[in-house]
Amino acid sequence: MPLFRISPPFLAGTNRVTLQMLQVLMAMVPAVAAMVVFFGPAVLINISLALVTALLAETLMLKIRKRPVKPFISDGSAAVTAVLLAVAIPPLSPWWLTVTGVLFSIVFAKHLYGGLGYNPFNPAMVGYVLLLLSFPLEMTTWLPVLSLADNPLNFSQALQLIFSGETSGGLVPDTVSGATPLDAMKTQIGLDILPEYIVNQDLFGMLGGLGWEWINLWFLLGGLFLLYRGVINWHVPVAMLLTLFVFSSLTSLFAPDITGSPMLHLFSGGTMLGAFFIATDPVSGSTTVKGRLVFGAGVGALTYIIRIWGGYPDGVAFAVLLMNMLVPLIDYYTQPRVYGATSK
Amino acid sequence: MNAYKQIIQDGLWSNNPGLVQLLGLCPLLAVTNTVINGLGLGLATILTLVASNGIISLLRHQIPDEARLPVFVMIIASIVTIIELSMNAWFHELYLILGIFIPLIVTNCAITGRAEAFAARNPVGPALLDGLMMGLGFTAVLVLLGAMRELIGQGTLFSQAYLMFGEAARGFTITVIEDYRGFLMALLPPGAFIGLGLIVALKNIIDIKLADRQPKAAPVEVEAEATSA
Repeated sequence: MPLFRISPPFLAGTNRVTLQMLQVLMAMVPAVAAMVVFFGPAVLINISLALVTALLAETLMLKIRKRPVKPFISDGSAAVTAVLLAVAIPPLSPWWLTVTGVLFSIVFAKHLYGGLGYNPFNPAMVGYVLLLLSFPLEMTTWLPVLSLADNPLNFSQALQLIFSGETSGGLVPDTVSGATPLDAMKTQIGLDILPEYIVNQDLFGMLGGLGWEWINLWFLLGGLFLLYRGVINWHVPVAMLLTLFVFSSLTSLFAPDITGSPMLHLFSGGTMLGAFFIATDPVSGSTTVKGRLVFGAGVGALTYIIRIWGGYPDGVAFAVLLMNMLVPLIDYYTQPRVYGATSK
Repeated sequence: MNAYKQIIQDGLWSNNPGLVQLLGLCPLLAVTNTVINGLGLGLATILTLVASNGIISLLRHQIPDEARLPVFVMIIASIVTIIELSMNAWFHELYLILGIFIPLIVTNCAITGRAEAFAARNPVGPALLDGLMMGLGFTAVLVLLGAMRELIGQGTLFSQAYLMFGEAARGFTITVIEDYRGFLMALLPPGAFIGLGLIVALKNIIDIKLADRQPKAAPVEVEAEATSA
């Protein structure tokens, strides 16, 4: 007698990778829309360029590695890498910057390690760090939010700037760029200006940087959607945000002159993007439950340390890569006890 | 004669210290940011290898087996000191750029490795040839990696050639790409690791292609290389 009976109708199996990647892309839509509102159409040009490059590079690498192209290209992982990198780099990045970063992400960080599922480092962040180390000038040429911009760019101007480095009206990226809130915080604290005065400037809004706080809020919302859909687990984002919050609260209590408020840390730069979309990468992150907590806390702590004492205004990318390196160690020490096995 | 041919082939290709043995990685990765730097260190290594192989081969019956490594290291260190002082005298600027990596040739395991594995067991002739070929193979990798990194990193070849060939060589520099933005990563240490990885991969591809072309010519050797690289 069979223990249980299965009867039709059966549900067709879905390709879960494709489904997950599609949901990640969907969850990013509101935040990307917010970026378009605050930084103009250049964001969309950047994302399209990154997507085209990523898909071409993925196809080429699959051909070289003699893997079937269609199932791998349609899993959407290359698209997710491309979009994550495109929203992390400045909207006005020249075309070759975007192309170089995406190529390095897909070819070196992903396929040379064996493709999806085998990469020890988050491909998008590898591309980002490559660009940040190689082209510091272009990577720090951010646009100010549109309401603060002297020369708000329209679509054709953005297109000209990205592809030729100059508009027909003679604008170059230098004349339209501005400091990001975290840039301002870093340089002005270096000039011994107290954070409470720094945040009174136009660059800052209610929670974090003007405009940036909304982008971060929409990333947070997208992240909550992913949590609700079960695409990501809560451990990494909660551990990361909590660590960042605790550390920055302690400093704002005991050493208020070295950095901004906890809210500024949570809602500026790449915090929410990192917490929900980058550190939660199932391939390069920790796989055990306790390990995910350690991993997230490490990312949060390193982000905070790099923002305050490091040479760069934001540190999410470095924090994620550094913790990626520690993943085998974390996983080794956090293996759950097998049920029935004795503990030592 | 066949043995000499084997020594030449081993040094330049099938047992290349840079690509197959992966010895001497520290200088290989650290100084190859331009062709000239690579060439400078490569020539110094060739000189050291030939001289140390020759001397150790001559003394191989006198060196007690128990104390051979200290003796090898002392011989190599004396040779390197001579080369270091000569470079300081005649190629002072290049000496300043290569800096610590000239004295560090003493610890280059490719040299100790050849002394132990070849020179201590073979007569002077083959030992000298082995030193020359291993050195040439190592130099070829240094120059190739230097060329790759210099080209990608700053868009030129043979920049600062005057450091080695005198003032007349200022015109040697080839600017391959005009108005190049520069690609800092290629000049930084990660560029060296990635570049060397690509060269090793290229060698393995060539070996596989060669093995495919002559299926009956003992492919065993090639497979052993692919795994050790």
